[in-house]
Amino acid sequence: MAFTSVADFFAMGGHAVYVWSAWGLTTAGLMGLVISTRLSRRAVEADIRRRVRRERSHS
Amino acid sequence: MRREPLIPLAESNAASTGSLGAAMAATLTRDLRQALRRRSELINPLAFFALVITLFPLGISPDKALLATLAPGLVWVAALLATLLSLDGLFRQDFDDGSLEQLLLTPQPLPLLVLAKVVGHWLLTGLPLALMAPLLGVMLGLPSAAFGVLMASLALGSMSLSLIGAIGAALTVGLRRGGVLLSLIILPLYIPVLIFGAGAVQSAVAGLPSLPHLAILGAMLALALLLAPLAIAAGLRLSVNG
Amino acid sequence: MSAPATFFAASSRWLPWLWSLAIIMLLIGSVWGLAFAPADYQQGNSFRIIYVHVPAAILAQSCFMLLAACAVIFLVWKIKLADMVATAAAPIGALMTALALFSGSVWGIPTWGTWWIWDARLTSMLIQLFLYLGVIVLRGAFASRDSGSRAASILALVGMVNIPIIKYSVDWWSTLHQPATFTLSEAPPMPASMWIPLLLMVMGFYAFFTALVLMRTRVEVLRRESAKQWVRLLLNIVPERASSVHAASVQAKDERH
Repeated sequence: MAFTSVADFFAMGGHAVYVWSAWGLTTAGLMGLVISTRLSRRAVEADIRRRVRRERSHS
Repeated sequence: MRREPLIPLAESNAASTGSLGAAMAATLTRDLRQALRRRSELINPLAFFALVITLFPLGISPDKALLATLAPGLVWVAALLATLLSLDGLFRQDFDDGSLEQLLLTPQPLPLLVLAKVVGHWLLTGLPLALMAPLLGVMLGLPSAAFGVLMASLALGSMSLSLIGAIGAALTVGLRRGGVLLSLIILPLYIPVLIFGAGAVQSAVAGLPSLPHLAILGAMLALALLLAPLAIAAGLRLSVNG
Repeated sequence: MSAPATFFAASSRWLPWLWSLAIIMLLIGSVWGLAFAPADYQQGNSFRIIYVHVPAAILAQSCFMLLAACAVIFLVWKIKLADMVATAAAPIGALMTALALFSGSVWGIPTWGTWWIWDARLTSMLIQLFLYLGVIVLRGAFASRDSGSRAASILALVGMVNIPIIKYSVDWWSTLHQPATFTLSEAPPMPASMWIPLLLMVMGFYAFFTALVLMRTRVEVLRRESAKQWVRLLLNIVPERASSVHAASVQAKDERH
């Protein structure tokens, strides 16, 4: 363990702003990609379902 | 305005029987002749070049020493932008009137015909820009010892700029608003040419040998001559057929 | 079965493994790197940015190679799946580049005292970001999907040829302009307790990237094959003439993610 206390860990020896903003934005970016991929998957599936319904109602 | 057929009648025999040199020469002379009929368009990049250079002293400061240190970069960036400005028209008219389609149908290898077109573009923009550059160099207080290198670097570099830019022009010629997109895809690829082109002039100003820079510019040109025509041809095929 | 359908079925078997691998490596790497690795004797704790900066930068470069490889496969052998992978991967590469840029410039404040410095690596990263944006925007600019795919592939290849040239010229340029600055990644040799978590993070990023590319490619497959029978069977929208038994078997084979 490189830190003596939890507060010490979050303070990062005075570099908290830099370390946590870099880590935070990276995490947010990666999570954002996963979430947006899931959302687009759902949108594509809904789109296919809608199209099939429309085809059936026409036939 | 009268548009010429792709391969003039006199030369069409030679072209159809497969003489590659004749077809390339015909493509080049046609482009040159057509451009000479639209003189105002020929002057556009040159006027733009001069205007941008005029803007810098107004925006920065008329201080001669400051301008002289900035001059190599300013002249090169302005020349680069002037080339970029002219690229949108490289294939545009041929695309609109269908002669690009004819070019694709000729039996000669498309990359070489396209190379002839790019050489035409360089003769009409890059070369005049290089010839005009010392004049603007004087305005920016560039030491006259660097004029030779300035012209040589621009002449060498702008051929690479034409080749690389033609890739972007070929890819975007079928798009309605290709202009902005063209600069987005082409400008990052221009950076190496800019670095070594401006570097050559800077080292000439500093009294250092500038031959290594010119040699690297030449190497880039050789690579671009080899590879760019293939990409331009592929881009034109997809723009015309897609 | 068509190639995209085969890919769809196979990737659903790989994905759980890839995700677990990614999460385990990223978790261990993060905890180790953030809390247990010793602080750098020069930079203190700000060096812990390395554990997100270096993996993002490496992935940003690998992703462009993937784009170029996909472009070759698509242009030469006309394999559509390669283009779907390229479509899926390009935004991830752009994000990785942006993250590497951000973490690099944030790291610059404690080390250089300024947000931005025209350091060779940061500069070529910035240029690479523009290359990614060009590929993504060019793909979207065409009305027909096939033209967009071919245009993006050609541009990816042109970019790949140019990246080493850009790197070389920017390196050369930056040594000319500002000698002897501290560079981010040429740190002094690290002790094992520092580089093992870094290695874990890099591998974790690779696993995460692979999983995410597969996941996005699956969405792209669905989008492009939406008119195909197998997609409709998979989504359990069975037209009257297809048997429900067949649908059930396909469904069982392909657990959805």
